[in-house]
Amino acid sequence: MRTLGNIFWLGTKELRSFFHDAVLLGLVAYTFSFAIYMQAQSNAQELRNASVAVVDQDNSELSRRMIAAFLPPYFKKPVPVSENEVDHLLDTAVYTFVIVIPPNFEADALGGRSPEVQVNIDATAMVQAGLGYGYIQQILLTEIDNFLSRNEGSFLSRSQNIAMTPASLSVRVMYNPNVTTAWFTSVMGIVNNVTMLAIILAGAAVVREREHGTMDHLLVMPVSPFQIAMSKIWANGLVITVAAASSLEFVVRWLLRIPVVGSVPLFISGVAIYLFFATAVGVFLATIARTMPQLGLLYILVAFPMNILSGSNTPLESMPVALRTIMEFSPSTHFVSFAQAILFRGAGFAVVWPQYLFIALAGGVFLFFALRRFRIAAVQTT
Amino acid sequence: MILTDQPVATFADISLRYGKAIALDNVTLSIPRGRMAGLIGPDGVGKSSLLALLAGARRIQHGTVHVLDGDLADAHHRAEICPRIAYMPQGLGKNLYPDLSVYENITFFSRLFGQSAEERERRTAALLAATGLEQVPDRPAAQLSGGMRQKLGLCCALIHDPDLLILDEPTTGVDPLSRRQFWNLISNMRGARPGMSVVIATAYMEEAEQFEWLVAMNAGQVLATGSPSEIKRKTGSKTLEESFIALLPETQRHGHKAFTIAPRPPGDRQPVIVARGLTRRFGEFTAVDHVDFSIERGEIFGFVGSNGSGKTTTMKMLTGLLPASAGSALLFNKPIDAYDMSGRFRVGYMSQSFSLYTELTVRQNLVLHARLFHLDHARARIDELVGRFGLSEYIDQRASDLPLGIRQRLSLAVAIVHRPDLLILDEPTSGVDPLARDQFWELLGDLSRKDGVTVFVSTHFMNEASRCDRIALMDAGRVLATGVPAEIVKARGAASLEDAFVGYLESARGRATPSAPVFSATTAPASKRRARFSPRRLFAYAIRESLELIRDPIRMGFALLGTAFLMAIFGTGISTDVDNLTFAVLDRDNSHESRAYLEELRGSTYFVEKAPIVDQAELERRMQSGDITAAIEMPPDFGRDLKKGVPTEVGAWVDGAMPFRAETIRGYLQAAHAEFLSDYAAQNGLAADITSDDVRDALRNDDLAMFGHSEISTAVLARIESRFRYNQNFDSIYAEVPGALALLLVEIPAILMALAVVREKELGSITNLYVTPVTRIEFLLGKQIPYIAIAMVNFGLMCLMAIFLFHVPLKGSFPTLFLGALLYVTATTGIGMLISAFCRTQIAALFGAAILTVLPATTFSGMLVPVSSLTGGAAIMGRGFPMTYFLKISIGTFTKALGFHDLYESVLAVAVFIPILTTLSVLLLRKQEA
Repeated sequence: MRTLGNIFWLGTKELRSFFHDAVLLGLVAYTFSFAIYMQAQSNAQELRNASVAVVDQDNSELSRRMIAAFLPPYFKKPVPVSENEVDHLLDTAVYTFVIVIPPNFEADALGGRSPEVQVNIDATAMVQAGLGYGYIQQILLTEIDNFLSRNEGSFLSRSQNIAMTPASLSVRVMYNPNVTTAWFTSVMGIVNNVTMLAIILAGAAVVREREHGTMDHLLVMPVSPFQIAMSKIWANGLVITVAAASSLEFVVRWLLRIPVVGSVPLFISGVAIYLFFATAVGVFLATIARTMPQLGLLYILVAFPMNILSGSNTPLESMPVALRTIMEFSPSTHFVSFAQAILFRGAGFAVVWPQYLFIALAGGVFLFFALRRFRIAAVQTT
Repeated sequence: MILTDQPVATFADISLRYGKAIALDNVTLSIPRGRMAGLIGPDGVGKSSLLALLAGARRIQHGTVHVLDGDLADAHHRAEICPRIAYMPQGLGKNLYPDLSVYENITFFSRLFGQSAEERERRTAALLAATGLEQVPDRPAAQLSGGMRQKLGLCCALIHDPDLLILDEPTTGVDPLSRRQFWNLISNMRGARPGMSVVIATAYMEEAEQFEWLVAMNAGQVLATGSPSEIKRKTGSKTLEESFIALLPETQRHGHKAFTIAPRPPGDRQPVIVARGLTRRFGEFTAVDHVDFSIERGEIFGFVGSNGSGKTTTMKMLTGLLPASAGSALLFNKPIDAYDMSGRFRVGYMSQSFSLYTELTVRQNLVLHARLFHLDHARARIDELVGRFGLSEYIDQRASDLPLGIRQRLSLAVAIVHRPDLLILDEPTSGVDPLARDQFWELLGDLSRKDGVTVFVSTHFMNEASRCDRIALMDAGRVLATGVPAEIVKARGAASLEDAFVGYLESARGRATPSAPVFSATTAPASKRRARFSPRRLFAYAIRESLELIRDPIRMGFALLGTAFLMAIFGTGISTDVDNLTFAVLDRDNSHESRAYLEELRGSTYFVEKAPIVDQAELERRMQSGDITAAIEMPPDFGRDLKKGVPTEVGAWVDGAMPFRAETIRGYLQAAHAEFLSDYAAQNGLAADITSDDVRDALRNDDLAMFGHSEISTAVLARIESRFRYNQNFDSIYAEVPGALALLLVEIPAILMALAVVREKELGSITNLYVTPVTRIEFLLGKQIPYIAIAMVNFGLMCLMAIFLFHVPLKGSFPTLFLGALLYVTATTGIGMLISAFCRTQIAALFGAAILTVLPATTFSGMLVPVSSLTGGAAIMGRGFPMTYFLKISIGTFTKALGFHDLYESVLAVAVFIPILTTLSVLLLRKQEA
């Protein structure tokens, strides 16, 4: 009872301090509103505005049709260039794709001489090149096909002796049927920012008390390090839970109009459990760092990899096995995974409880280590 | 008063505000030339602000200041007289560099004043000899005692023979012996250079008695000026301290009366604290060295000594905050146990400096502490304390807004909220004005005599020490003497407690060598070179910054190992190659054909098959839990329908949670489907124009459409030849690794550079920019050079990692990459420089730099989406960020095999950022404090 009382009262102090710190308030507000909104504007995961240049040496009706078929939003209007510019334009990444239509292309196509249209791809623009190449092929072939079938049938009939195969493939993309990037980046933005902010807020709260000398003060009062640490965990955890929930509600659902399938309360309770872990990590880092700048540098080394490798940016599957195995032990990976499961796939508690349990246990481990170092670290600055 | 000469400085109608607070209120004042002029008054009355204005360190807000025959508002005049002024700001060695040695510190200042090596050596040697620092030229400033640090400060100030020496509280917190030595030094120096004017602020009234001319200040206003005797005569007081109190306005003096603490009543003399051989070491340094003392119940016991003499450390050991390295201490007859909660109810502690929550109000602070002690009648107790300590008029003010004296009273009220038996107070009155100090001691006397509280207090004020029942004189971690103050004075045969302390210090340290004649050696006039731009001053900063960086293992370690670590993580972990995809099959047909179809997927290295699915419900459940990312449903009678040519449809479900992965899987599935059809057609004698090579290419290249519905027929009519330039295998590592290189070369240098400038602001050494001839451009470029060097080391390290760890060969021109990188890190450190212009604290600089660079770097510079595809704000952000251009150089040289000829435009674009960022930084950095 006494313990709970102390944790509660210390936590209220923590909240008061937080709301007096304009910089931290600004940081939280920025990361959960503007930053989420900006990330949702990115179209890194789909094909959008790809830049295409064309060398049209044929200048026929077919070639013009082929060029005109590149339409927004997938492609920018293709820009005519001359052949000797091609290398330089690709070298300097002015265009990701350069299409070369050879002379007499239309005539050769009509004449059944199988002419070749060349697609040069800057294969260092990984995502755009990968997705765009497929689209370009489809567009070109469809245009050629349409053009030829409307023209002379004589050549066509010869090639139409291929039996149409009866089997077709119907691919249904579940949970995000239009494969919209913003659905993913906005929610993952929240997930990443929870990790970033929780660690630094809790860590800074401890270091600040040490730098102001108030930690000494607390430690000579009848409060235990456990109570001090828990007060920081609940207070900072609460702030971020509220911020994340509002961000999901107002920015993601209301402003960006992104549908959320699953149970928001279930997700938010998961966020709260994850925050126990992340704030405990923050407190732990604060017991290692001696000063605020040291905490900041340490934080970059911890928080960056935790986020970047969690599967919230690039697929977990693409990482080497060793790294993937290590990341299986990172609660941030589980956070990303249950966030996707609940919010996109509508998973229930039965699906996510093992992850909740793992995250809570990991939080306990960090809290344990933080408490072991707490006293030593509290007086380290002197 | 003799004022034959022109005054050295005049202030006319000077007012200065910090936000709402008024620091100086319409001050008009003339300071005589060639004298030792003193500024007296407690902390926070405007002394430091006045001196900062005088030194040209702070911008004039209102009024005019003339110094050395010119207007200080005139930047030209400021630059002109700058080499003639020396300024030592408040705080022990605040403008010194703690990681630099004595010699290196002096050398740095000498370079700032443009002295040649020969001149520097000569002057340094003379100054070191005069101050007695010649024995420790290689000791870092951080390891000097307070007194030595102040002597070093003086050396640095005198290196250029100033005509005006400004010292802001040079002796606060320094032990009495060092203080005397310091004043001897000053007077010797004045003997050697009689024309020099000295302006000194001090909080010690005894010291001020020695000055020739005084300004008494209170609340931003001048109370009186004149020689000490004149001031005393005017107020009819014996001492300056009394005159000062007499000069205060009536409202402030109200209720002040000389008071004495009643003698200790006889009675219980049981020891409350007993320390035996108490020792504390920090590494090699012994902070407290075998200290013995005992404190009796109800006694006021004083710890007297300078900063760093071990007072605080001893007190921390007694509160259980620090474990002792050796020896023992008993508190209430029990060994100190850091985990004993019950003991904490009996002790009240006030740590050095105000350590309450400044963002809480007076009441909130009191309530919080009452709650934590679980007081039964908290409200009554708080009301009682508020009344007794006179806090009622401040009750709802935030602690940060309180005057210092009131804050200390609040601290004391908080420390005794739980009625402790023992009160441990660490320098409770430092920085508080004499009146407030008296009031504070009155409260202490009350607590001791009326409530029987044992008070253990530390101080460096001798008049406070003499109020204690018993004191211990401390120096360098040892107790020199213990006893009743009067008896200590008597035992030493001294005139005052201060003299007695000096006597003990002298016998403990050995008599200091007198330094009178040495100063004459320095009188050869220092050269006063002035140059608009001086490489020597620039390199002074570059050398100093490098030394500091090399000696800071944390920043250095982060700069080198941190970058390598992040490079390893990013290089390995960031990949857009999608493989190891999990899928499962719901085969409702289970025929030869359906198995053949699935074989196409099973044979692919991109897919990993999981246990088959039994029914639709399981399919949904497993997709939902993320167990599988794709599911394939073979329809019943797939094989039969295929043979008969009856249309049949294979169903595929793809997890769209990650859009890019979903798109890619869709491509893989369509390609596999097409391959099956093509194989099937070939086996059944049907024509097929697609070779297996084509299919494999398509698979590798995430092809979405090559085998779509209409292509089989068209493939014959026209072919599409795809050239995956630069990266035939379309392997993302060849783009990601040069990308990570570019990303880390913006993040880390920007953060380190931002920290470097703001660190000076936070620690106070930025003052040297304000008051020495160094220009802003020299300051910034000088600090930038070491970080460019570090970034280039990082660059080399990351290139080696790219080539040997990630096997990404450098196909193009290394000189181009090197030149690009050099310009790029100059630009990115420039970003850090620019950010540091806005930030006040290191933590803000760190996050400012990280947050402001991360978004443009990862999203708008071409790492994920080519800049050519960006529109609107995103495009502006991308094109206005140097990484956009360096990424072209990095990927160009590594993967595209390009040379300078192909990339010179990008190299130029990177270079354009440098003058822009530098100019902006110079414009935003102030040469004076706002």
